[in-house]
Amino acid sequence: MSTATTNGKKAAQVHRPSKVGQLATWVDDRTGIAGVAKKQVRKVFPDHWSFMLGEIALWSFVVLLLTGTFLTLWFKPSMGEVVYNGSYDQLRGVSMSEAYASALHLSFDVRGGLLMRQIHHWAAMLFIAAMFVHMMRIYFTGAFRKPRELNWVIGCLLLLLGSLEGFTGYSLPDDLLSGTGLRAAGGFILAIPVVGTYISFFLFGGEFPGDAIIPRLYTAHVLLIPAVLLALIGLHMLLLVYQKHTQYAGPGRTNDNVVGYPMMPVYAAKAGGFFFIVFGVSALMGGLMSINPVWRYGPYDPSQVTAGSQPDWYMGWPDGALRIMPGWETHAFGFTLSWNIFLPIIVLPGLMFTILLMLPFIENWITGDKRDHHLLQRPRNAPTRTATMVALMTFIGLLWAAGGNDIMAIKFNLNLNYITYFIRVMVFVGPVVAFLITRRWCISLQRADRDRLLHGYESGVIMRSPEGAYAEKHLPISTGETFALTSREHDDIPAMPSDADENGVANHKVWLTRLRVRLARFWYSGNIETPSREELEAARHHADDELAEQELAEYHDSHVQHDRHGIETGEVGKH
Amino acid sequence: MRLLTARLSTKRRSPIAGLVVVLLGLLLTGGGYALLSPASAQSGTASQSTVQQGRQLFLVGCSSCHGEHGEGIVTKRGTQYGPPLAGVGAAAVDFQVGTGRMPMARPGAQAQKKKVLYNDQEISALAAYVASLAPGPAIPDPSTYNTTNVDTQSIVRGGEFFRTNCTACHNFAAAGGALPGGKYAPSLHGVSNKHIYEALLTGPQQMPVFSDGVLQPSEKRDIIAYLNSVMANPDYGGAELGSAGPVSEGLFAWLIGIGACVGFAIWIASHSTRSTRSTRSRKGASA
Amino acid sequence: MTGDHEDAVRGNQDAVVAQPQPGHGLEPAGHADGPVDPFADPGLEEHEPRPTDVDEHAARRAERQIAACFMLSAFFVVLFCISFFVFKIGNNPTTILGGYGASNVTLGLFLGLALLLIGIGAIQWARKLMSDVEVVEMRHPTASSEADRVATVEALQQGVSDSGIARRPLIRNSLVGALAMLGLPVILGLRDLGPLPGNKLSVTVWRKGMRVVNDVAGTPIKPEEVEIGQLINSQPEILFEKDANGQPKYAGTELLNAKTKASTIVVRMKPEDITPTPGRENWGVSGILCFSKICTHVGCPISLWEQQTHHLLCPCHQSTFDLGNNGKVIFGPAGRPLPQLPLMVDSEGYLAAQSDFTEPVGPSFWERGER
Repeated sequence: MSTATTNGKKAAQVHRPSKVGQLATWVDDRTGIAGVAKKQVRKVFPDHWSFMLGEIALWSFVVLLLTGTFLTLWFKPSMGEVVYNGSYDQLRGVSMSEAYASALHLSFDVRGGLLMRQIHHWAAMLFIAAMFVHMMRIYFTGAFRKPRELNWVIGCLLLLLGSLEGFTGYSLPDDLLSGTGLRAAGGFILAIPVVGTYISFFLFGGEFPGDAIIPRLYTAHVLLIPAVLLALIGLHMLLLVYQKHTQYAGPGRTNDNVVGYPMMPVYAAKAGGFFFIVFGVSALMGGLMSINPVWRYGPYDPSQVTAGSQPDWYMGWPDGALRIMPGWETHAFGFTLSWNIFLPIIVLPGLMFTILLMLPFIENWITGDKRDHHLLQRPRNAPTRTATMVALMTFIGLLWAAGGNDIMAIKFNLNLNYITYFIRVMVFVGPVVAFLITRRWCISLQRADRDRLLHGYESGVIMRSPEGAYAEKHLPISTGETFALTSREHDDIPAMPSDADENGVANHKVWLTRLRVRLARFWYSGNIETPSREELEAARHHADDELAEQELAEYHDSHVQHDRHGIETGEVGKH
Repeated sequence: MRLLTARLSTKRRSPIAGLVVVLLGLLLTGGGYALLSPASAQSGTASQSTVQQGRQLFLVGCSSCHGEHGEGIVTKRGTQYGPPLAGVGAAAVDFQVGTGRMPMARPGAQAQKKKVLYNDQEISALAAYVASLAPGPAIPDPSTYNTTNVDTQSIVRGGEFFRTNCTACHNFAAAGGALPGGKYAPSLHGVSNKHIYEALLTGPQQMPVFSDGVLQPSEKRDIIAYLNSVMANPDYGGAELGSAGPVSEGLFAWLIGIGACVGFAIWIASHSTRSTRSTRSRKGASA
Repeated sequence: MTGDHEDAVRGNQDAVVAQPQPGHGLEPAGHADGPVDPFADPGLEEHEPRPTDVDEHAARRAERQIAACFMLSAFFVVLFCISFFVFKIGNNPTTILGGYGASNVTLGLFLGLALLLIGIGAIQWARKLMSDVEVVEMRHPTASSEADRVATVEALQQGVSDSGIARRPLIRNSLVGALAMLGLPVILGLRDLGPLPGNKLSVTVWRKGMRVVNDVAGTPIKPEEVEIGQLINSQPEILFEKDANGQPKYAGTELLNAKTKASTIVVRMKPEDITPTPGRENWGVSGILCFSKICTHVGCPISLWEQQTHHLLCPCHQSTFDLGNNGKVIFGPAGRPLPQLPLMVDSEGYLAAQSDFTEPVGPSFWERGER
């Protein structure tokens, strides 16, 4: 190469390949990766803070993998009995399981072990919390619509698996709190009709607590569930990249393009930087805020319990449902059916998960929408959808509060029983009220948008009319904002089908179609139409006149005291 | 020695010597007993004037609820306005008045800890008066709840008693917990050894009694020693967030964790929003 | 991933060409020469340069800021390393800030700050110095082309017909059957996860004459030691007994399994406050009653005893039982009263059980029956 005297090698001589280049060539020769990468390196991602909520979940999952691996180096998933002989004075000489002893060892005899335990636990809380807020953003903005329904389903599965992963982790240290959680979980399983007792005996390897459950949960916690989570996260991201990210409507931002910054370098820096920030926040929390001080709880003993025995927050709402449930049990034909446990803890979470999973499909069935959507909707422009999610959030939120009823009672000096009675009523009333209020609120906001389009924004300029009335001057908004506000899809309200078609043949399943049409009409009802082109032109025209008048008035003001002829500011507010 | 004894016995002996020795022995034993035995004997020997002073204080501060002679007052509905005090003992008075729970400001679900209204001498006078009504647990002697020389083994054992008997109501970190109907088990932080011991002995409010026959005085002392040693421990993992368990941890995960991460996300994406805003404002200005 | 790279055009001017409405779209409508369509896309806003784009001074400052973040991060890593060795853990840990464990707090603080500063530096770099010209990428239809679909279906059909699976149902059906049978080894393989329940949930270690002893201490209880308002967390005596070799009869898992069902509480009320149901009149000893400690809801141990109201509260889900009234549920989600253990006084004057519980203790289960 260096003796490049022949003409054919001249180009190669000028750009002598670097080491990195050589490596890249080596890899591409064997994988052809450049063909795929060329489209991805400058892949465009739109910029909005709410698009980074999922990233919090992603990065906290990475933090969980890193810190979790550290913990496995010391943690012993065994229920074998040992006598603690470590550094924590107040438990020395106590009989406990190896799992708990190793959790104490990690906390007191491994430098940084307590930190890693706490980062791991905080990151787990963040992981699921971030999935919650990410999912709410997706739903409120309609990002789950075609073609992204599958990613919604994957997201729901991630939430479910993440919660299970959290619960298995909560149970591993075998302290009094985690044991109490397992005891309750054992009770839940016993309440399953017919097979509950058998499932319980197979799961615990006999009677509760036995000596099998922690090793079994450990395998699920470090191997089974993380593997599935990882695969689903990979699929989630793959679909995101293939479908390209959604964006909000705006000037130059349409359903056919995506506007933002390229992967290299801007998003690599922003997303990579965000990983360090999420890790840094978790590390600060792990360093400064105590979480699950297992040494204070003591080893698990089935005859001990502590006030404030609660699950981690993401399991709080089924626990709350369990707390407010009346004590219904049926005894018949020699069998016992515990509605008081089976309904709130087995049926309800399953039902809520199914509803969550089905939300995109239910909406799609009602609206009959077959188009691809890449532009996000503002929550106000889909009042029924927004109200549906707010109603669901209210329901879950009330149950969540019920899950902390004893803590609320003591912290706010309330009566435990009254809180429970209150929530028993509110879980039925609250979501309905929340639905109605949210829906009307959204419609009012639509009206405000229409006013803004027609009359412009509030300028803050107060004008006094010759009669002495004061009014605020409204000024027209930009064409960009006009475009953003008017780029709304038009409601496609279906027609009510007749009992028979035009040939007199009876219309089968007409009731179903009618239900769908009625729901669709309700879905769109109350929506405020964006102004028509003519209305908008007229408003513009009027605004121009006013602008001219205002300029004229200002001119007069600044020169001579003149009569304020023609300034009809009193009219401005009426438009 | 023998010579001395012989001399004593032969020359100094008088007919009343035997009697003197017996009396002396009785006095010494009684005095020593009074000095060394737990307070049960003390309360019995409280002077009549102390009891009388307590009676006066009682009539002014307590009798409106507990009756003129501590017999209790029953409301028309049959509930107790103030319970009878015969047999509650000096320990109960010392706990209730010494922690400010009594006198209650108004009837309620539960007497609350507040500013102590009586001084030490008045409290012991009240205690002496109530103890004089009927026998009951006496104020414990300081040696019973002194935890300075308790060894680690006893502290560990105290922890086991604590987790078995106390955490259900008072929570794993002794931070307190809720009971039905607006009642609660209070936090044990900052409660003196004596008051914890008296509470165990007398079962104030809804708290059960842990009598000495069942929970030995040494076991009570071990529980107190465990609490003291745990509270003297450093906060190994950082701020304790109220020690209320997973509920407060979840709250902080949302407020601080998600709050900080979303705050950073807003900062990261804030650039493009700035550009649209500036465009709009410029337009407004040019118009 | 079939996105057309050529669609992605850089920069504002190029992007606007692709839009239906040429021009900058920044002029207010009223000031434009002709009428402007209010629904038309005015195109991307003009790129506004940042101070760092136009002012080399500002760019330098940003550069210094970012480098300072990274250097400070490295500094905190050094502090982390120092803290790792300086601060003691174990049973005599170093403390700072009024009683915080120094090791954990400093390690977390310095690690967190080191990580945060890398993140802040990288993001500041992206915000201040990397190009912030927005890029427009055109979307492509998510679905495959019709031709691709047809080709795929044809290929699949070709494959199916080549295999002959449709023409030879015997092969197909026997294969399906064989695969279904493979489910059996899976199920059988899991059979030994645990034993069958039998009557294990219905019996405890309590027997006639077994003493009720204090939990933890293991001391037997005399009725006269129990005061009104007393609560005793108690266990059957056998859990504290030792066998011939001096080893405890119950230890480890067996002990926990036994405690799960046999834990009890002993309380004493005024005899007039107790209204026993018929058949339970002689289950107490002068106002002393013994109940299962295991909640009938989901099995939490339950000992929040209100001595004045005779109510027992479960801290897990707030089921409340009235022990003066045979453990009846008066609040909360539990469905059944708390099982009562019949008490008697043995020949030496200690409290003992008359028998095992007369019903299964703890949470309900399907085979529990109607007791």
